[in-house]
Amino acid sequence: MNENVYIDIVVAVFLLIGTVFSFLSAIGLIRLPDVYSRSHAVSKSASLGVLCTLFGTFLFFLLADGYFSIRLILGIFFVFLTSPVVAHLLNRAAYRSKVELTEESVQDDLKEFLEGK
Amino acid sequence: MNPNDVILRSVTKVAIVIILTFSIYLFFGGHHNPGGGFIGGLSVAAGLVLLYLAFDIETVRKNIPVDFKKVAGLGVLLAVLTGMTSIFAGKPFLNQTFGYFNLPVFGKTELATAVLFDVGVALAVIGTAVTIILSISEDG
Repeated sequence: MNENVYIDIVVAVFLLIGTVFSFLSAIGLIRLPDVYSRSHAVSKSASLGVLCTLFGTFLFFLLADGYFSIRLILGIFFVFLTSPVVAHLLNRAAYRSKVELTEESVQDDLKEFLEGK
Repeated sequence: MNPNDVILRSVTKVAIVIILTFSIYLFFGGHHNPGGGFIGGLSVAAGLVLLYLAFDIETVRKNIPVDFKKVAGLGVLLAVLTGMTSIFAGKPFLNQTFGYFNLPVFGKTELATAVLFDVGVALAVIGTAVTIILSISEDG
């Protein structure tokens, strides 16, 4: 009984972190000014949110049922591997199709690099 | 200008291993868990599409020299033939059987003829999906 309560608390903390980070990334998607800062908010915090949720689920099945779910481990690794690459490709496609940076931005190193060539 | 997609290509090389392994897992887990021939074949096709996206079509065609129209036909042929074998045993069409065998590595294993039918389904799905994608992507 007492042990089950500890398991529930640990799992609940992970799930709470996951949902809070997903919610913050959704707010960042609405509030931030341009494509690049939006994808900065979404790619990092949404993938951390998904990772925490998946890890909480993994811990729950491992501790409560004794079931080691290799699929959740694979899912955690796969999201960790691919989500930054997706953000990178989106940003690159946006920059190559000449999406403007927001007006507050002060520096554009990639533009200098591409024009200097 | 030739774009430099080294990040996409390196990550594809790691991700394709996971995708294909997971699709084989889905295929063989289909008897007792969610999965089976359709979803296993579809995830193999998704992995192949990722390869086509990261590298170009000619490179992948050179390294996987398979005609996917023939793969689809082979799958349907295999599915029909596993149905036909039960007729020769005096049972109705598509009758399934299974048995327990002692394999060297796996120990006592349940082998069912439904797996052969599932292989046919998976090959048909892979062939059809990849053929659709390739014929859409070609110009003209």
